[in-house]
Amino acid sequence: MWSALGGNPLRFVTSAWPWRSLAYLFTAVFVGLLALVAFLITIAVGTVTIPLVIGLFILGAAPALGARIAVVERRRLGLMAERIPALFPETEPQRWWKRPTDPGSWRALGYSVLLALVLWLVDAVVVMVVVATVVVSAISPLLAHYDTVGMLWWQLDTTREALPFAIIATPVSYVLGAYILTALAAAQSSLARILLSPREEELEARVTELRQSRLQLVDAFETERKRIERDLHDGVQQRMVALTMLLGRAELEVPDGAGLALVRQAHGEAEAALADLREVVRGVHPRVLTDLGLAAAVREVADRMPLPVRVDITLADRPPAQVEAAAYFVASEGLANVAKHANAMSASITGWRRDDSLVLVVSDDGNGGAVVGAGTGLSGLLTRLDAWGGTLVVTSPDGGPTELRMECPWRTEP
Amino acid sequence: MADRALRVVLAEDSALLREGLVGILEHAGHQVVATATNADELIAAVRADLPNVVITDVRMPPGHSDEGLRAAAEIRRDHPQLPILVLSQYVADAYLPALMDSAGTAGIGYLLKDRVGRVADFLASLDQVVNGETVVDPEVVRQLLARRGDDGPLSALTAREREVLGLMAEGRTNGSIASALFVSEAAVRKHVGSIFAKLDLGDDSDRRVTAVLTYLRG
Repeated sequence: MWSALGGNPLRFVTSAWPWRSLAYLFTAVFVGLLALVAFLITIAVGTVTIPLVIGLFILGAAPALGARIAVVERRRLGLMAERIPALFPETEPQRWWKRPTDPGSWRALGYSVLLALVLWLVDAVVVMVVVATVVVSAISPLLAHYDTVGMLWWQLDTTREALPFAIIATPVSYVLGAYILTALAAAQSSLARILLSPREEELEARVTELRQSRLQLVDAFETERKRIERDLHDGVQQRMVALTMLLGRAELEVPDGAGLALVRQAHGEAEAALADLREVVRGVHPRVLTDLGLAAAVREVADRMPLPVRVDITLADRPPAQVEAAAYFVASEGLANVAKHANAMSASITGWRRDDSLVLVVSDDGNGGAVVGAGTGLSGLLTRLDAWGGTLVVTSPDGGPTELRMECPWRTEP
Repeated sequence: MADRALRVVLAEDSALLREGLVGILEHAGHQVVATATNADELIAAVRADLPNVVITDVRMPPGHSDEGLRAAAEIRRDHPQLPILVLSQYVADAYLPALMDSAGTAGIGYLLKDRVGRVADFLASLDQVVNGETVVDPEVVRQLLARRGDDGPLSALTAREREVLGLMAEGRTNGSIASALFVSEAAVRKHVGSIFAKLDLGDDSDRRVTAVLTYLRG
């Protein structure tokens, strides 16, 4: 808005800026007044109840009050087309008894006090004077008809006298007022922006913190999958195998007849359930991956595919467990997509270590046109890889061939 | 029912499956002389009282990787004549070379645990292993065939010959293959001869499973 002030005056006066500024300053009066009342009540009630100890807590809530006012003020900055990021989501519950930990909160408190004690008063006076001048100038012919109107050093007694005055003074006062209001609003919104914006280093610290927590989430996700797999494998699956053994024995014991047919049917159902369970475990975290590593696990997936898949994974040692799992799921999701969509005759999977990265490429000779989009199983993997600084790229020109390429740092620590 | 009562040493860390297996074996008239829950116990049990056959899980404590397999190899070194049947939770042909290359001439078997529920088939496989044959799970054979299917001399085989090759790799006899495919044993013999000629394998009927598997592992 500073540039609007310094630009073409005609364009400025006819722009929305003067009105925006008026709205900004006008609302500041109410917010400031409310803030003042709120602060006074807090301090008064707090001081009175200090002997009851609770007063200390009430006084301690002042910073939180500042933070609340800051939230309103950040919103209000939108009137001046300013947008500043909040360091924490505003929906995050702010408990009044919690002392603010970031220096931003103290700056917000400072600004709120300033608003409550000074800014709103200034705004009220300026808005009142400017609005009154413009309005009175405009309606001076009407006013002069009833009474004498004194404007600065002019004395207007009749409508006839007032008319030329109104014609000249109204536009002049309007332009002048527009500049005054906009300048004041610009100055105040700049002050608000400076005090309410998070500092660069605070933003950086916050980003680091968020990245850290994303990594932890991804890790927790992986750990949880492993736990589920272990529970299924050591629990349900063992029981199902034991059950099929028992039913197999029963088949030998039960005499021919309806009973035997039922036992056979039960055996068949138990085997089907076991097969389903195995499929689930495979999707969660296959045991062969934990035991024997990426090459063996990928080979097992490749062998279940309806088309020939060449697997060439040469790794001197095993990658970290999470990276290994991600690579496995890239391979299995990639192959599933090939089988489903690519119309391919054959596919291949190659994996190798390049410097400090694991590279895995799934390619096919199908007809191309594939994308990594929402809805495919790959989008979740993309998030995971992104958290570790890895990438997942599809190159799939129309007519093929399609190549899905994953690269991921060998380490998952930041 | 089994050909004869066998003295079995069984290694399996899951109590549920161990009891299930003991139940099946004892029901078939065999005697489980010792059970083990890890590789060291297994080796000790075999040393203490030599059984007719060893049945072991591949993965056992403490590492839960291939302890059973390594114990099997060690037992084969000490007792080359002792048949061993290995049970695995999943198909991993990484296990196959280790088994095939282990010392000894006695029977060896590699079955998926799911197969044990088919009690009659399981007991038949056990007998085959005890009789010195090599038995490999059909699923493992299927995957080996699938992998080798796209190149080389295997593509020269007819569909029927591939079927026969698969059944041979499982350790089936000509008679068993004939009844599975509803053809005469003479026809099977003709297919087998043709397969060995096309793949350039020596027709040594005693070790033909090993020959076929070695070829498939390629």
